[in-house]
Amino acid sequence: MEYIILLLAGVLFATAIYNLLQKQLLRIIIGTVLLSHGAHLVLLTMGKLKRGQPPILDENVTSYTDPLPQALILTSIVISFGITSLLLVLSYRTAKENNTDNMEEMRGESNE
Amino acid sequence: MSFMHFIILLPFIAALFVPFIYKKWNTSLHTGWFVIIVPLFIFINLLLQIPAISNGETISISLEWIPSLGINFDIYLDGLALMFALIISGIGALVVLYSIFYMAKEREALHNFYIYLLMFMGAMLGLVSSDNVLVLYTLWELTSVSSFLLIAYWYERKRSRSGALKAMIITVFGGLAMLAGLIMLAMITDTYSIREMVANVDLIIESSLFLPAMLLILLGAFTKSAQFPFSIWLPDAMEAPTPVSAYLHSATMVKAGIYLIARMTPIFGGNESWFWLVGGIGVITLIYGSVRAVRQTDLKALLAYSTISQLGLIMSLLGVGSAALYFNIGNAQEIYAFAVFAALFHLFNHSTFKGALFMVVGIIDHETGTRDIRRLGGLMSIMPVTFTIALIGSLSMAGLPPFNGFLSKEMFFTGMLRASEVTVFGLDGFTILFPIIAWVASVFTFIYCMILLVKPFLGKLHREKLPKDNVHEAPFGMLVPPAILGSLVILIFFFPNVLANYILKPALVSVVPNVSMDSKLFEIKAWHGLGTELWMTIGVIIIGLLLFVSIKKWNIVLRVYPEKLSLNQLYNTGIESMEKRSESFTNRYMTGNIRHYLLYIFVFITVIMIGSLIGLEALSFNLSSQEEISVYDIGILVAMVAAAMTTLLTKNRITAIVSLGAVGYLMVMLFVIFRAPDLALTQMVVETVTTVLFLLCFYHLPKLGKRLEKMKFKVTNLIMSIGVGLTVTLMTLIATGHKISVPITDFFENAYELAGAKNIVNAILVDFRGFDTMLEIAVLLIAGLGVYTLIKLRPKGSENDEA
Repeated sequence: MEYIILLLAGVLFATAIYNLLQKQLLRIIIGTVLLSHGAHLVLLTMGKLKRGQPPILDENVTSYTDPLPQALILTSIVISFGITSLLLVLSYRTAKENNTDNMEEMRGESNE
Repeated sequence: MSFMHFIILLPFIAALFVPFIYKKWNTSLHTGWFVIIVPLFIFINLLLQIPAISNGETISISLEWIPSLGINFDIYLDGLALMFALIISGIGALVVLYSIFYMAKEREALHNFYIYLLMFMGAMLGLVSSDNVLVLYTLWELTSVSSFLLIAYWYERKRSRSGALKAMIITVFGGLAMLAGLIMLAMITDTYSIREMVANVDLIIESSLFLPAMLLILLGAFTKSAQFPFSIWLPDAMEAPTPVSAYLHSATMVKAGIYLIARMTPIFGGNESWFWLVGGIGVITLIYGSVRAVRQTDLKALLAYSTISQLGLIMSLLGVGSAALYFNIGNAQEIYAFAVFAALFHLFNHSTFKGALFMVVGIIDHETGTRDIRRLGGLMSIMPVTFTIALIGSLSMAGLPPFNGFLSKEMFFTGMLRASEVTVFGLDGFTILFPIIAWVASVFTFIYCMILLVKPFLGKLHREKLPKDNVHEAPFGMLVPPAILGSLVILIFFFPNVLANYILKPALVSVVPNVSMDSKLFEIKAWHGLGTELWMTIGVIIIGLLLFVSIKKWNIVLRVYPEKLSLNQLYNTGIESMEKRSESFTNRYMTGNIRHYLLYIFVFITVIMIGSLIGLEALSFNLSSQEEISVYDIGILVAMVAAAMTTLLTKNRITAIVSLGAVGYLMVMLFVIFRAPDLALTQMVVETVTTVLFLLCFYHLPKLGKRLEKMKFKVTNLIMSIGVGLTVTLMTLIATGHKISVPITDFFENAYELAGAKNIVNAILVDFRGFDTMLEIAVLLIAGLGVYTLIKLRPKGSENDEA
């Protein structure tokens, strides 16, 4: 099971990188979101998968899944959400000011 | 702090007061009158040390600076240090006196001038009297810095600035090399003290760092003392005011390298590479400088090249004299120690006559407005005193009696003739070159001394060519310092042994420690019989006169030498091409394209990761203890891969956004399967909001939002993304298979007892690890503020105000 999930994480990373290397602003943000999904998957898999019950204390249960990676991922999800929203607004402003969303066209004049 | 330290540091202390004095009294009294007290006081106090030092005593006083690192300002005053300190303070006093009349108090920024000058004087005094190599280095660089400031004193002139920059680059380059060499010596001997290094000379000779340390220290000495091929900064440094040229670039700073060589001779002397490098470079510099000097038309440039040449002379004598350390004792030692003796003698003489000559040139420049020998002539009758001093100085430099240059030139020939007899350092045949080159260089020296004397002073005066109309003799005060130096030139000729006994012999002991002082060899005689040396001098005079008279006929030969091959040109093109290449190199990879930068990062990550995996032979997988795969898992996985690929393959942006949302919701499903309810909830909410934000943003960009744009396919992108994906998968696969320690998870199952919570994840978030959560809230807050400002804040005059 783990190696399948990790393979999936690899696919997510690959698509994320391919998106990041594009010219359009939107694609780049899509890339960052995919990248954080991949990272979350890796975090989750590095604990133990599917062993036991959800980490909610109950009289009848003896084995729980690892709660620590879940707490870490929860923190990470919130942070990446904050960043994504900021990035989105930033790209919105940038595209509006420059009348383009093409990264190539946004290079400084001196570098032309 | 002892009195001796006070004396050495006095220039720095005085420099602090200069601006206040300048501000208060500048209109009525020249600031130089206050400054001159400093070198005079130092000079008199140093004179008082002569009796003790000449008796073979040394003064060593310690002053703690950074004792924990062994860096202390330890003063060690022996014969060599005292000789240099006397030159520095003595000529310093004369130069300050000269500058009082040279620098007009109405026009010049005198406070700057005297602060720099005092800074230099203090650095130089400390340099020669310091026993600690790191303090020596510090002050060495301080002389470079103050010299830089002084050369660029008239900073509004372009040539001053470029001359200062060149001097700075070259001397600091050498200084850094020297630092490395000194640190090597300190590593070998485990001390920063020069005296203790000399005491542990056996350790140094056996060390494998002997040769590197020697080469690096030599680099420092050669750059500072303008030896070939590092001499190019000195002629350009002539843009400085003339008192500075006289002081720094003839009498003191350029001799710092000589000092270093002399100081290090007890450590490195007696070694054949030292003999050949110091002696050889000295001789090359000697001939190079004297030949180049002949073709100069600017008086200061001529003097600059002559300084280079004379420094080469001293250097070559020190190189030859280092053989004395090889013989260590007896007659052979004394014979070679004589060369060191000659070097020290000439060093002293050179300071006197070169200082006088620079001051003379300064007077000519000051009174006529030009230093160009093609416009000058016939000044003898107008400036008789200046002419007399110039006569004394240039004849002494040419090596004629009755001036001190004659004595040291004779001793120089003796030293070079001895060098030709050296048979112990291999390459026996080549030692015969020493006297031959020395003689040829002396002929050229004679010629440029004649040019210096004849061109400005004899012949016809062309008043119309001079920038100033009313040419007359310099004021009395301006003539006093060169007159004092000129009379010293003659006095030393008639009473050389006073100087020799009280100053030169103690200095000689510092360079060649075991030499016996009683030897008859170290008595300077003006008449020493009809030896080879005298015939050589007579030859120099005859050939030199013949060549000088016919100078117009052969001078053309010197000009044939193409300027393109000159060292200066080499340096300039070197610097230029370095700048051009580094610029084009930087422009090649700093493209301004974010894709390129990302590619560098990803390539680096992939190469490092995969490389270290292969290099460390860590490619091992442990796929046991895997969980079973169910049908649901497979379904979600396939859907996720498909959704992720869709973001890439679609032309339509909206489709890309929606499929990204699909990936997010499939993540929710995965979290459900993997028993993470809180994650699933959060992910769902976040994904919803994110997707809405995406759509909102691009809905509000009407021009861009509806445009279809297919992504261009690039193979590098594909390879790179697959590479990174593969790296991540490999790394994590290896990591999951090798769990090194037991997880701490079990502890958190005490959530109810410790925190009163049944939901373990929530207990971790707000109780066990609540700090993370607090800062995560801060992140959200900052992001929210950022979003707000981005939308609300507009630069003034912005047209896009519709948000």
